[in-house]
Amino acid sequence: MIKIQVNGKPRELDRPVGLMEFLQDLKVNFRFLAVGYNGEVVPKAQYGSVTLKDGDVLEIVRPIGGG
Amino acid sequence: MTQDVKLTPQQVKRYSRHIIMPQVGSAGQRKLMQAKVLIIGAGGLGSPSAVYLALAGVGTIGLVDFDTVDLSNLQRQILHHNDDVGKPKVQSAKEAMHAYNPDIKVVMHQTRITSENAFDIIKDYDVVVNGADNFPSRYLVNDACYLLKKPLVDGSILIFDGQSTVFLPGKGCYRCLFPEPPGPGEVPNCSEAGVLGAMTGIIGSIQAAETLKLLLGIGESLAGRLLVVDALTMEFRTMKLRRNAKCPLCGDHPTIKELIDYEIFCGLPSLNGQTVAH
Repeated sequence: MIKIQVNGKPRELDRPVGLMEFLQDLKVNFRFLAVGYNGEVVPKAQYGSVTLKDGDVLEIVRPIGGG
Repeated sequence: MTQDVKLTPQQVKRYSRHIIMPQVGSAGQRKLMQAKVLIIGAGGLGSPSAVYLALAGVGTIGLVDFDTVDLSNLQRQILHHNDDVGKPKVQSAKEAMHAYNPDIKVVMHQTRITSENAFDIIKDYDVVVNGADNFPSRYLVNDACYLLKKPLVDGSILIFDGQSTVFLPGKGCYRCLFPEPPGPGEVPNCSEAGVLGAMTGIIGSIQAAETLKLLLGIGESLAGRLLVVDALTMEFRTMKLRRNAKCPLCGDHPTIKELIDYEIFCGLPSLNGQTVAH
């Protein structure tokens, strides 16, 4: 079992999953989201090269416009 | 920046809790007194930023806001009071700031910030604080600050969420973080989804602190880091944010070299009435 953290909450995956596939499964519109992967924002062009592994920490950040 | 301004005995007393700190001192306080900071929006985030910067003795504080005070603002916008309902926000803000500290200059820009006036408004300030309440203004202020090489202290809030970062020219920008704006209706605003009033205090105060650090040249700023706050769990998390070499504004081969129509960019009806699908 692969244990990861998403926005501070634990989550388990039964196999290594690509970041793109993970975001698609969440059904979020990731076109305008920012994703932090192990403490660093990943440029969208690199989503395809990230595979989630045990211990990874994800932060999915939506833009908020309120002031 | 000249440092030959002498503090009056009154100022020495007013700012004594700053002056006593080795990181500020009387030289730092004089720096603050000669600094010029522009705040975009005299609302939720602009309020605590403006109050703390005024109290800190920042010499010139500009405020940009076209709006008037509404009763629904008073759940969180601490610059405005019950008797201010109906007043221009910049006027109400100026009165509140001068009530806190008559020692500072407050410049009122009672207008909506647009591609036409942004450079003129921003150019004379040292640091810009972003408290805009909509995405077109956020992209506009980001682009204008980058093109004018001004540090931008960013912050935003919604419901129980808050974000803050600092964009230093050439070290990453809002477009590196969010290259594409959310389409109309994809992310609600505070009037649609609400916001915990105290969230504005948390994020706006962080923006004020980051601004003071930049002006004093002390500590490690939030530049290159995005701070994400969830008030429901009260967890603060940061992640590194780098300049994206492919950024259309600050990347290696920029395509945005002047201000654009941000309503159209965000898929909103443009000012001439033409609607553009996102």
